[in-house]
Amino acid sequence: MKWIINFLFSSIGKKIIMSLTGLFLISFLPVHLLGNFQLMAGDGGEAFNTYAYFMTNNPLIKFTSYGLYFFILLHAVQGIMIAIKNKSAKGSNYKVSTYKNKTWASNNMAFLGILIFAFLCIHMGDFWFKMKFTSQIAMIDTYPGYEGIGVKDLYTRVAAAFSQLWIVIVYLIGLLALGFHLVHGFSSAFQTLGLNHKKYTPLIKGLGYAYSVLIPLGFAIIPIWMYFK
Amino acid sequence: MADFNLRSNEPSGDLASKWTDYRGSMNLVAPNNKRNIEVIVVGTGLAGASAASTLAELGYNVKAFTFHDSPRRAHSIAAQGGINAAKNYQNDGDSTYRLFYDTIKGGDYRSRESNVHRLAEVSASIIDQCVAQGVPFAREYGGLLANRSFGGVQVSRTFYARGQTGQQLLIGAYQSLSRQIVTGQVKMHNRHEMLDLVVVDGKARGIITRNLLNGQIERHAAHCVVLATGGYGNVFYLSTNAMGSNVSAAWRSVKKGALMANPCFTQIHPTCIPVSGHYQSKLTLMSESLRNDGRVWVPKSIEDAKSIQEGKKKGIDIAEDDRDYYLERRYPAFGNLVPRDVASRAAKVACDEGKGVSQTGLAVFLDFSSAIERYGKAEAISQGISNPDITKLGEAVVEAKYGNLFEMYEKITGENPYKNPMKIYPAVHYTMGGVWVDYNLETNIPGLFALGEANFSDHGANRLGASALMQGLADGYFVIPYTIGQFLSKEIRTDKISTDLPEFAEAERGVTDRLLRLKSINGTQSVESFHRRLGHIMWEYCGMSRNAEGLKKGRQMIRELREEFYRDVFIPGDLEDYNPELEKATRVADFLELGELMMVDALDRNESCGGHFREEYKTEEGEARRDDENYTYVSAWEWNDIEPILHKEDLEFANVELKTRSYK
Amino acid sequence: MKLNLKIWRQKNSNDKGHYEAHSVEATGDMSFLEMMDVLNEQLINDKKEPVAFEHDCREGICGSCNMVINGQPHGPQSGTTTCQLHMRHFKDGDDIVIEPARAAAFPVIKDLVVDRSSFDDIIQAGGYISVNTGQAPDGNSIPIEKDMAMQAFDAATCIGCGACVAACPNGSAMLFTSAKVAHLGLLPQGKVEHTRRVQSMVATMDKEGFGMCSNIGACEAECPKGISIENIAMLNRSYIASVFGGQK
Repeated sequence: MKWIINFLFSSIGKKIIMSLTGLFLISFLPVHLLGNFQLMAGDGGEAFNTYAYFMTNNPLIKFTSYGLYFFILLHAVQGIMIAIKNKSAKGSNYKVSTYKNKTWASNNMAFLGILIFAFLCIHMGDFWFKMKFTSQIAMIDTYPGYEGIGVKDLYTRVAAAFSQLWIVIVYLIGLLALGFHLVHGFSSAFQTLGLNHKKYTPLIKGLGYAYSVLIPLGFAIIPIWMYFK
Repeated sequence: MADFNLRSNEPSGDLASKWTDYRGSMNLVAPNNKRNIEVIVVGTGLAGASAASTLAELGYNVKAFTFHDSPRRAHSIAAQGGINAAKNYQNDGDSTYRLFYDTIKGGDYRSRESNVHRLAEVSASIIDQCVAQGVPFAREYGGLLANRSFGGVQVSRTFYARGQTGQQLLIGAYQSLSRQIVTGQVKMHNRHEMLDLVVVDGKARGIITRNLLNGQIERHAAHCVVLATGGYGNVFYLSTNAMGSNVSAAWRSVKKGALMANPCFTQIHPTCIPVSGHYQSKLTLMSESLRNDGRVWVPKSIEDAKSIQEGKKKGIDIAEDDRDYYLERRYPAFGNLVPRDVASRAAKVACDEGKGVSQTGLAVFLDFSSAIERYGKAEAISQGISNPDITKLGEAVVEAKYGNLFEMYEKITGENPYKNPMKIYPAVHYTMGGVWVDYNLETNIPGLFALGEANFSDHGANRLGASALMQGLADGYFVIPYTIGQFLSKEIRTDKISTDLPEFAEAERGVTDRLLRLKSINGTQSVESFHRRLGHIMWEYCGMSRNAEGLKKGRQMIRELREEFYRDVFIPGDLEDYNPELEKATRVADFLELGELMMVDALDRNESCGGHFREEYKTEEGEARRDDENYTYVSAWEWNDIEPILHKEDLEFANVELKTRSYK
Repeated sequence: MKLNLKIWRQKNSNDKGHYEAHSVEATGDMSFLEMMDVLNEQLINDKKEPVAFEHDCREGICGSCNMVINGQPHGPQSGTTTCQLHMRHFKDGDDIVIEPARAAAFPVIKDLVVDRSSFDDIIQAGGYISVNTGQAPDGNSIPIEKDMAMQAFDAATCIGCGACVAACPNGSAMLFTSAKVAHLGLLPQGKVEHTRRVQSMVATMDKEGFGMCSNIGACEAECPKGISIENIAMLNRSYIASVFGGQK
């Protein structure tokens, strides 16, 4: 089993972990976004709340969500470690620095990552934690099909949060960071896996740009819509 | 020094089977004995790296030395054109004999038949070896190796990797060497410069080096020493050699009794980018292939040349009738494609008449406008364009053929060679002369071998294009691994050589004293300024054409310069430190002696042959006149400060007929 | 033209180092290194120590002369080494900052000279084809597709100057290592040892203290020979295959 350890601790192995976990998180985002769009269903939160109930109670999804938490943590911890190692590998820096080809995003992945992680903490603390571990969120047991079960009214909590301007702004900053993180991260994940090809790489890059604009934009619409509603 | 018997030690017998028979009867060293034998290889360019790795593969313990930070930086890396091999892949009638003959004739009949034939024989194996190492030679669509033709021959036998053949071959040899370094069979000493040879009981047994990082003087011992330290073209200061190329290892050996053969044979390449100012440090070669389409000219009148020199006119301002296409005029049969030495001399003649076309007056035009027009018209016809822009079409064709060269020219000069004719001038490129060696590549000091450009053996008075790479690798991969056994088979009972021997102590003291002496001069002039002045003297009196009077004067000037050097040179920094100026100083000090020997050799050789042109010995039309009756010998010089002593090795030509070259 | 230089001076690897200001008179036809020669001549005439920098062939192929000019390895002209960069690309009164290549794996020896021997170590770890002299079959016995040979050649044009490491904000040697892996791995002769080579070269690269690739592409942009990061993708691919597909 030594080979696995060697792989996981090699420079390329570490990058491949970043790439794979990153791609997993990328695949999670659209699913999350589609669910969230139900906040704008205009039904007083029924669709969203029952969806949230499903997501927190289905055993398969529960299992997947633990994987998700693990990958987020792995991606974050590994990312920080790589950033530290890379900084020491560079040693001192130049007096004049004009790294060519270097975009702001590509050089600030760790900073963006930390921003996103901080945002995630706020986000999870506000909704997920409160829903799971406190009784601050009221129960509703009148939804058809869920009579007597009791579905938590997460919708009201979300609506309350997004009626405050500063929370909306925090969300927009978090999503902006996510967008920049994705601009570099999306195509970079493919390069790290060795998927670089004269014909397909431009396609991947284009897809990456589109993704990193559309997904954060989609998420951003919700708090804005709910704030102005 | 004792009486020399300069024997080539070539085996007797038929030329074609000599090498094969010799290999079959040579003394061998058994594997268990090889384990106890140490070999020092100085220099890790093509010849050195290939020798070191092959000797290590055989089981010898090799200690390799380079003054570079890595073997990959050796100047072999800069060779552009290609490498010859008698493969006959093109089915155009090539053969070992033909390569042998071309090389002997190209060398103007001043090289040893047996050595050259062996070179031609092993040439094919070099290509096989390099392909197996992963050298990415150019290929045809069918996946097989491509060839091109080169100057002076009628067959296509040159293998190439775009314009970077030397780089690719060197990287191949460097990788083989790296493989032996990691096994420990080669102990690599980077950033170590050899400053003296140690001779014990008449045999070469070690070297003294300076660690260039900290200035430490070190002793290294072995059963024998192999020099692969390249040529000495840098004696001219301005040359196509690298800045660090030097003669020191070879010259230190000469000072210990080795002989320097044919030092005056230097090759001057006609198409280099001319000198642009006094600060110039180096000249850049433009491929010989440009002369296929470029026409060489200078203005007919000195007035026109003057106004170009002063910047009042440009090449394109001179009318067609006022141009002198002097190569086409003088050599109607070969025109612009005369051999290197002839083209170089003709350019010098034109510039000496005051017709040079750069600020310094030392340049001629290489003009592509006729080619552009010719190609443009042909292109217009083949594309069926009715109202063509001939220039544009023609430029596209020229770009496809020489684009990268034109780009390099523009990078360096800042001029667009499509619009203005290129300016070129000859420059020192290669030195055919070198340490005298016998058939085994062993010098007159037993146990001291010399390979590649460092020896004199294969190119006579002039080297053909694409033959330098061939010789370096032939010596390293396929000759020395066998012939070194002739010496080492007698050494199997010799214990490890100790560096505590008095000869080592003495040599080390000599090196330390010399460095202290140089440093303590503490004068006022930089090493560079002496080198520049030496180069000027060499170029003026021992360059493209020489005469007795100039050579005598040049010799005197060098002696005076040498005296001034030891009186007034200034070397900054410390001896025990990384100190590039000190490195330069020891090298220039050696050049200051070698330069004198070159003058002496050129003065002795009362004939014109190959790269050596004596103005007194020319035909009525001004062409070189060889004197086969009196000068069919190798001049091997024993150095001393007062009057170097000449030893002759007579050359015998049993297999080729000596002819005069004519390009009229 | 008059140029204002700010040059990194460092006596040895233990010295902290500092910037030193000099002004020098240059002409457009000079190469950058010839401008440095002029400066050094000035310093020597003033009995001061000249600036140490590495250089040799001065025709863009030996790879010695990498230095960082205004933040760019080999200076502002792309596809050009320092020795082939000419002063006509600067103008009178320009400020030029000259620094050594910076990376933990390239310690400074003196002034602008850095120790690049870690590159040799990477090659020694497997950047070769194991064939002894004399073992080779005929050169034409294995046909190689022309495009493949060209691709291998493109990777093989690396001059080992270290501009990629100098350019990388992470001090990574992935472009250098991958160029050698690609050169040899694309050719049939080199495929035999490919798996072993990839593992060993990557392990050595890590051991030498180079950083990790974050796919920025600064290396590719600054490489004087235009070596592409497609080679890095190939190395990643080969590494994955060597770990999961190899026998060891």
